Amino acid sequence: MPIRRISQILVVLFISLFSSIASAQTLRIGLAEDPDVLDPTLARTFVGRIVFASLCDKLFDIDEHLNIIGQLATSWQWAPDNKSLTIKLRKGVLFQDGEKFDAAAVKFNIERHKTMPGSNRRGELAPVTSVDVMDPYTVRINLSEPFAPLLAALADRAGMMVSPKAALKEGDKFGNHPVCSGPFKFSERVAQDRIVLDRFPDYWNKAAIHFDKIIFMPIPDAAVRLANLRAGQLDLIERVAASDLPTIASDARFKIARTTEIGYQGITINVGKSAQAKSNPLGRDPRVREAFELSLDRQGIVQVAMDGEAQVGNQWVSPNNPFYAKNVPIPQRNVEKAKALLKAAGDEHPMFTLLTPTTSDAQKIAQVVQAMAKDAGFDVKILAAEFATSLNMADTGQFDAYVLAWSGRADPDGNLYSFDVCKQPLNYAGYCNPEVDALINESRATRDPTQRQKVFNAVAQHVLSDRPIIYLFHRHWLWAYSSKLSGFRTFPDGLIRVQGMSLH
Amino acid sequence: MTSVDTLESSFPVAAPVGQPWYRRILRQKLAFIGLLVVILFLTVALFAPWIAALDPNATHWDAIRHAPDRMYWFGADELGRDVYARVIWGARASLLAGITSVSIALLFGVPIGMAAGLVGGWVDLLIARITDAFLACPFLILAIALAAFLGPSLTNAMIAIGISATPIFVRLTRAQVLQVKVEDYIEAARSVGNSPWRIAWRHVLPNIVAPLLVQSSLAIASAVIAEASLSFLGLGQQPPAPSWGSMLNTAKDYLDQAPWMAIFPGMSIFFLVLAFNLVGDGLRDLFDPRSRS
Amino acid sequence: MQRELLRRLASIIPTLFCVSILIFGLQQLLPGDPAVMLAGEDRDPSVIAYLHQKLHLDQPVAVRYLYWIAGVAHGDLGESVRTQEPVLQLILQKLPVTIELAFLAMAIAIAIGIPAGVLAALSKDGPWDLFANALALWGLSTPNFWLGIMMILLFSVHLGWLPASGYVSPLEDLRANLAAMIMPAFVLGNAIAAVLMRHTRSAMLQVLNADYVRTARAKGLPPWTVIVHHALRNALTPVITLGALEFGTLLSGSVLTEQVFSIPGFGKLVVDAVFNRDYAVIQGVVLFTASAYVLLNLLADIAYLLLNPRLRS
Repeated sequence: MPIRRISQILVVLFISLFSSIASAQTLRIGLAEDPDVLDPTLARTFVGRIVFASLCDKLFDIDEHLNIIGQLATSWQWAPDNKSLTIKLRKGVLFQDGEKFDAAAVKFNIERHKTMPGSNRRGELAPVTSVDVMDPYTVRINLSEPFAPLLAALADRAGMMVSPKAALKEGDKFGNHPVCSGPFKFSERVAQDRIVLDRFPDYWNKAAIHFDKIIFMPIPDAAVRLANLRAGQLDLIERVAASDLPTIASDARFKIARTTEIGYQGITINVGKSAQAKSNPLGRDPRVREAFELSLDRQGIVQVAMDGEAQVGNQWVSPNNPFYAKNVPIPQRNVEKAKALLKAAGDEHPMFTLLTPTTSDAQKIAQVVQAMAKDAGFDVKILAAEFATSLNMADTGQFDAYVLAWSGRADPDGNLYSFDVCKQPLNYAGYCNPEVDALINESRATRDPTQRQKVFNAVAQHVLSDRPIIYLFHRHWLWAYSSKLSGFRTFPDGLIRVQGMSLH
Repeated sequence: MTSVDTLESSFPVAAPVGQPWYRRILRQKLAFIGLLVVILFLTVALFAPWIAALDPNATHWDAIRHAPDRMYWFGADELGRDVYARVIWGARASLLAGITSVSIALLFGVPIGMAAGLVGGWVDLLIARITDAFLACPFLILAIALAAFLGPSLTNAMIAIGISATPIFVRLTRAQVLQVKVEDYIEAARSVGNSPWRIAWRHVLPNIVAPLLVQSSLAIASAVIAEASLSFLGLGQQPPAPSWGSMLNTAKDYLDQAPWMAIFPGMSIFFLVLAFNLVGDGLRDLFDPRSRS
Repeated sequence: MQRELLRRLASIIPTLFCVSILIFGLQQLLPGDPAVMLAGEDRDPSVIAYLHQKLHLDQPVAVRYLYWIAGVAHGDLGESVRTQEPVLQLILQKLPVTIELAFLAMAIAIAIGIPAGVLAALSKDGPWDLFANALALWGLSTPNFWLGIMMILLFSVHLGWLPASGYVSPLEDLRANLAAMIMPAFVLGNAIAAVLMRHTRSAMLQVLNADYVRTARAKGLPPWTVIVHHALRNALTPVITLGALEFGTLLSGSVLTEQVFSIPGFGKLVVDAVFNRDYAVIQGVVLFTASAYVLLNLLADIAYLLLNPRLRS
């Protein structure tokens, strides 16, 4: 071969060698907690979902505006009676062990979510009765009744698809070596230290992936997490402390991203969970609850406890959520009216205990609430308890009021049903109003957004005047990342989606 | 919590070393300074309502994380509370934690240790094994588990630390009792017909007080740090009540923006613990025959 | 001496038995239903029921204890309910980390403590003595988590010399590993350095005035030989046994340091397990640590007996 040709080939090889070295990109992400088991069926924590976003693809996903988009599904169609959903699946998708993704795999996964012992997805897929394989790339999910939140559920862990072969082989040990179809495959995990994912070369959307490796490092202390970012050991961190923002903003090496969460921070009141509800001044009389709410200055709480990094709200969804009930706006602080209500209720100096988990946020909120409520005559005693203990106390109704947050779900139903319907597992307030139950069930049954909005408005009318939960605000998700990272998109569910992100 | 300081008593005694007088005075001087500091903190804790001008729990929304100035001598914390007032009142919590937990440890540890040493036999064996078991478990883990069981509060932290510190006093008391048991005066007391209780109370106890006193002082120092550690983890004194440990716990989130929130409580812990260590050292020198000329 | 050793060995079993009862009992005291906490955010009742069954929570305490002990006898320490990893695997993963941290802390403690103690003894009442004492007191009086945070702020954030946290295996990158471990090792080690310094000082003081040292000096041996060969070697005897005991304390006392520096060792594992009510992990790790501590105690006793000629007969 002529010299010229050889040298051309050599140059090309040389360049490609360099570019492959140059593209050996590792993204290092700092998490606020250590995820639990990496099995979508058994997983129970929010932070685990961040890892899943890169590890396991799902049938659906959400976009930055909470709209449902297809991920492993390419199109979907509801039956006219809304009792079944037919989904067309993406072709050419492989699991990380080389197996094909098809309708049989979807059927396997949904059945696994529903039947595996210890599955946490049962409640989310409760109305699903069966899954039919129509053809290798079409599947039909049958429901016992119309269920509007189904798509949102399938855009979370209930819609994650694991390789049937691997799942059958590993059984309940699957979480130690998960095999899914996401952009990165599981490589290694050292508990409380790191989770390492390697790029999956046969990912269906590989053009959007610009990393070879992702390393997740759980660092619970926000100050240490930030120190790692500033010291250059991490590229991206989640849940930045609001008080650290000015420091980061003044450093040109880093950028800040924020968006409002889909969850909320509230105070749950024991209105009927246990006998304590009768001795609880807040539980006994709705006027006392109203007075309590009127004594609070939500913006003040946000300013002091969250350094301004939250959006005030009074419902289970934030004011900019499409399903926010505009007929019940956020009440302003009104100490005089609060005092008048207490006088009418015959208890001008009610005393109650505020159960507060020992997390720094909850404690700040509790202290501010205590000071504000004092102005209206409330004597609030803060009862601190370790988080695990506080959950237990809430479960058994041993509280008057409880400072509790919820991480939120894409569909408003996820923030409403388990909390306000009689006897649901997360209904710590013990609230039971058959009218509200009927309305909430109606909101699940209809898919038409306008109709749903009407129903939610009616729910808000009842629930916000009964006040089993006083919603305070919706946090800002806060991320900080190196300026070398581009393509970072903020999502209201707080997850990190690496498609489109790259480091230079 | 380290038990190693008690090992000194088991070192073989060499020829007595006469310490030059200026050395002893210096040692006593340091211990004296330590004692003064302890008394200072005690006074501050007792007279807190009069010394602290501002209410330690009063929030001022306009003074959040305010730097130290004429109004807020040590600055203000994340809810606008005066750090100086909180440090003053926090002395109460830390001193209470230190003294109460060691008192609990003494109250339980000394009788058990004496029983083990004096009665001997299977009682001694049982107590020794149980004490070993307690000491084999990491002190902080024990304290954390106990505090979690009892619920996070200052009282429960004191109980947890006290219980975790008891085995050390059991062991120390037992070792001392074993040494003293064979002394002539005990033999004499027994031969005269004194009851075991009387022997224990009138003859044994007074002679083992010295090392117990030394260990107590050092243990108080450790207990103050232990309370701060428990508060750091979210157990122990809960906000809004001030305690140096819980103040450090909140302060760690604001080290960059408001370092005064961590500096003053941290220094207070340091000085108080230092003072008790100095007093303990001084007491040890006082009672140690080797330092007498 | 044989009898003494045998007696010590025999006492291990009852001690460990007591440890197992103690730590098991402590779990049962922890308030609340662990299944509720472990069931995660959604608190699905079927998951709680499943966990009850899996953890034998409906059985009486004694039965649960027997289940656990039977497993331990087979080398099965159960599995973490949170992540489903076997506890033994977790321990083996973290053991090297905690051991490395303990070793480095001891090395720093020895490197600072013993020379400081020697210098202090040599310059008794002089400036070095005072300085060493001050250093010792400082080491004992500073809360280690506060020191850790201050060091991170200085060395990682402002100076950028050292990484703020995290752990790199020495097999992967020794330099990065040492860079990450040096601050936590120092924080852990300086308190022990204080104790070592004091004991070295007092042991040296005793030895320096002993007859054989005076003899060595009278023989005209160079002062350095006297110090190192005669005095130090004999002074080190009690210090070594002391060191072994402190080592045991280190293994278990690194709880807060690991928390602050995010070192994935035992301390952090256990604290998180307590807050998450992950019983199997707590029990397994504490039993393991306690056994290690008891064994180290035994080794220290043996070493002391062997090294001290006076007690040998």
